[in-house]
Amino acid sequence: MSNTILELKNIHFAYHNMEGETPALNNISFMMNEGEFVAIVGPSGCGKSTLLSIISGLLMPESGSVLIKGKELKNSTTNIGYMLQHDQLFEWRTIYHNVILGLEIQHMLSTKTVTKAHELLETYGLKQFESAKPSELSGGMRQRAALVRTLVLEPEILLLDEPFSALDYQTRLLVGDDIGQIIKKEKKSALLVTHDLSEAISLADRIIILTERPAMIKKIVPIQFDLTQDTPLNRRNTEHFKDYFNLIWKELGNDE
Amino acid sequence: MMNNLSKEQKKFLESKKKHKRVVSISQFLILCCFLFLWEYTANIGILDSFIFSSPSRISLCFLELLSEGVITEHILVTLFETIISFLLVILISIVFTILLWLSPKLSEVLDPYLVVLNSLPKSALAPLLIVWLGANEKTIIVAGMSVAIFGSILSLYTSFSIVDPEKIKLIYTLQGNRFHVLTKVILPCSIPAIINIMKVNIGLCLVGVVIGEFLAAKRGLGYLIIYSSQVFKMNWLLLGIVLLCIMAIFLYTLINLLDRWCKKRF
Repeated sequence: MSNTILELKNIHFAYHNMEGETPALNNISFMMNEGEFVAIVGPSGCGKSTLLSIISGLLMPESGSVLIKGKELKNSTTNIGYMLQHDQLFEWRTIYHNVILGLEIQHMLSTKTVTKAHELLETYGLKQFESAKPSELSGGMRQRAALVRTLVLEPEILLLDEPFSALDYQTRLLVGDDIGQIIKKEKKSALLVTHDLSEAISLADRIIILTERPAMIKKIVPIQFDLTQDTPLNRRNTEHFKDYFNLIWKELGNDE
Repeated sequence: MMNNLSKEQKKFLESKKKHKRVVSISQFLILCCFLFLWEYTANIGILDSFIFSSPSRISLCFLELLSEGVITEHILVTLFETIISFLLVILISIVFTILLWLSPKLSEVLDPYLVVLNSLPKSALAPLLIVWLGANEKTIIVAGMSVAIFGSILSLYTSFSIVDPEKIKLIYTLQGNRFHVLTKVILPCSIPAIINIMKVNIGLCLVGVVIGEFLAAKRGLGYLIIYSSQVFKMNWLLLGIVLLCIMAIFLYTLINLLDRWCKKRF
């Protein structure tokens, strides 16, 4: 029924330096469906971010393969968007010029894409900040601008590398809720890496739990909430939320 | 606007203004005192005016040389040589640093050479340059460049290499290549560093040009200074130094204006 958009097969990866070899990923395989929101949790430093770098093609796996819609990554034409931990908006560009950075790089500036950029900025409440410098915006607004910069390239898969971890707790809840709904509304498939369990439970359809380094998949937990309005904040208020939290907490090895 | 400010804020602004006034008045007074003491002691014979000259003698000498038209030529020649060597240093440093950045191997190989050339006293090169290039403007411009260029390459390369790697990663996540990293991140990030290098270099180029003129010129303020010391015309010699001071201030002001313009834009 639902189509597989991303498939990882037996991914191995290790970092090399003069002191020796540090295995980071050990035989990682999983699939992701179109429109699905998958979160990856694991102990810090277990290689979660490495996994995203491999999926986006920034790093080559030592063995194994990444398939996008059944095609090898390097032959795939599917656009993959990547949101980094910090927004990395450039202070010497206005918000608008930050947002079109990807279009500039990919030589995709046209009336159509520029209109799309303006529309997205308007939809997400950044219209009056188009010619503002990033430093004039709040942390949440900046994260939104960073998301628009990613969305304007019309990616089919979004990779999110702890995109909320640099924000303070309150902003983080709000922005997490906000960004989560934007992604649902734009019907994107998303892969979120985080060390914040409640963030993962509030956003994801499925949670992949990794072990300590070298990371292996310990368990995959499907997340299901029966809510009429399935938003991250509503999820946090249910009884079920705590159950998922305890389940994943135990799986991460905190019960021993 | 002023009416909206609280009493405390007004007081604060007032005290800041006063502080600024005191500083600039003191700076001006020091200059006046210095000139007055120099003039006075030279006139009553405490200082030997033949050796130490005096402000009034230097001014008269300036007017005299100005009416003969000699001094403008000296000034313009030195100014021209300094600006040319400055522009060449900036251009070559940027191009060379980009090459080093593009090839980490090259930069590692060349690193010890750059460090040695940077610490070498450049005045030692001037006689060599005269033999190689002849006693002409070319030598003087190259002498001016030699003082500044190695240091600017080293500091520009440092500023290239401390750019936040996450910013570079962003460009790659947007499917950019190394060229995009250079033009969209590295160069814009390095504009403050380039301005700083300009501030340092404008002075260094002037030093190099004057060294060059000491040895290889028939025109220019450096030539005026060395010539007048040989024929013992102390008025001329001190005039040359004063004019160099004024030129340094003028050039530095130009760079500061550029700095302010850049800060507004970026």
